[in-house]
Amino acid sequence: MRLDYPSNIKIIRVPCTGKVDVMHLLRAIQKGADGVYVVGCIEGTCHYNEGNLRAKERVNHVRMLLEEIGMEADRVRMYNLSSGEGPTFAAYAKEMTENIKKLGPNPLNGEPKAKKEEAH
Amino acid sequence: MIVAKRKPIEEIKKMLKGYKKVLNVGCGTCVAVCLAGGEKEVEVLNAQLEMARKLDGDPIQLGAFTCERQCDREYLESLDEKVKDYEAILSMACGAGIQFIAERYPDKPVFPAVDTTFIGVNQGVGWYEERCRSCSSCVLGLTGGVCPITMCAKGLFNGPCGGTNKGMCEVSKDQPCAWHMIYERLKKQGRLDCIMDLQPFPEWQNQVPRTVIQPGYQKPEKEAEKQKT
Repeated sequence: MRLDYPSNIKIIRVPCTGKVDVMHLLRAIQKGADGVYVVGCIEGTCHYNEGNLRAKERVNHVRMLLEEIGMEADRVRMYNLSSGEGPTFAAYAKEMTENIKKLGPNPLNGEPKAKKEEAH
Repeated sequence: MIVAKRKPIEEIKKMLKGYKKVLNVGCGTCVAVCLAGGEKEVEVLNAQLEMARKLDGDPIQLGAFTCERQCDREYLESLDEKVKDYEAILSMACGAGIQFIAERYPDKPVFPAVDTTFIGVNQGVGWYEERCRSCSSCVLGLTGGVCPITMCAKGLFNGPCGGTNKGMCEVSKDQPCAWHMIYERLKKQGRLDCIMDLQPFPEWQNQVPRTVIQPGYQKPEKEAEKQKT
């Protein structure tokens, strides 16, 4: 199976999505990533019972934190698939990339709002 | 434990407007346990604030420090040196901790990042319920362990009132009537006579700041006085 998925995605491996913390996701955005998504096992199939459900809660928390400061919540998403679903993994990678392209680059990388207004 | 809730980011931003270098101080005791103001929450708030201010084109430099307890001088001392480098302090402790910091550093503006909410219990991870108003007149021994001040909407010491409705309170159908709970529990224990043991009103000592000195302990200044004489 030689599948293509967008090359702009950097994979960070974790033992279980339950290991992913709010700060990991938030820090990625803070440091300039345009988006972050967590790919976990299908709900109900976690080897550690609740790892992916915890990740889902944390992803939702980060979405809320971003929205609170006026950033798009959709820069952070959670996807679920089984380890045997290579094509679904590639499809989600494409879907997330398209989603981020629609949202545009991370505003933290650009000019600050106030300065932009001055320029107009 | 004292339970607190983080303030909305807009409110915190408004308080910090104009400050460029702020130290965010967390507390490692109650507010850490109730997931509102411990080390992790300090980190999350700092990241969020830093991003928000950057987006506004008004960057802020934030420090992070969490001391064991902000309501203890011994632990606050560890802040003394750090505070000097900052224009203001943001505290994620309960109201007591925030005031103790403000008292220790009277020249620095101190801002609260949380709303201290109640003394409560942990019903599940992240789920807390109020149980005590610290009224200084505990009657739990007579009420089967159900607090009439906290659990009754009117805080009645000798209830129930006419609003009790099949075990529920008139203020909400989801709110159980405290005095119904008290009656049921005392009945189960065969202690219904306790309900007749009418209590005088609480003294509402919480109208003024209260002080407690435990037996065997004295205020340091009194000890000093004693030593002089």
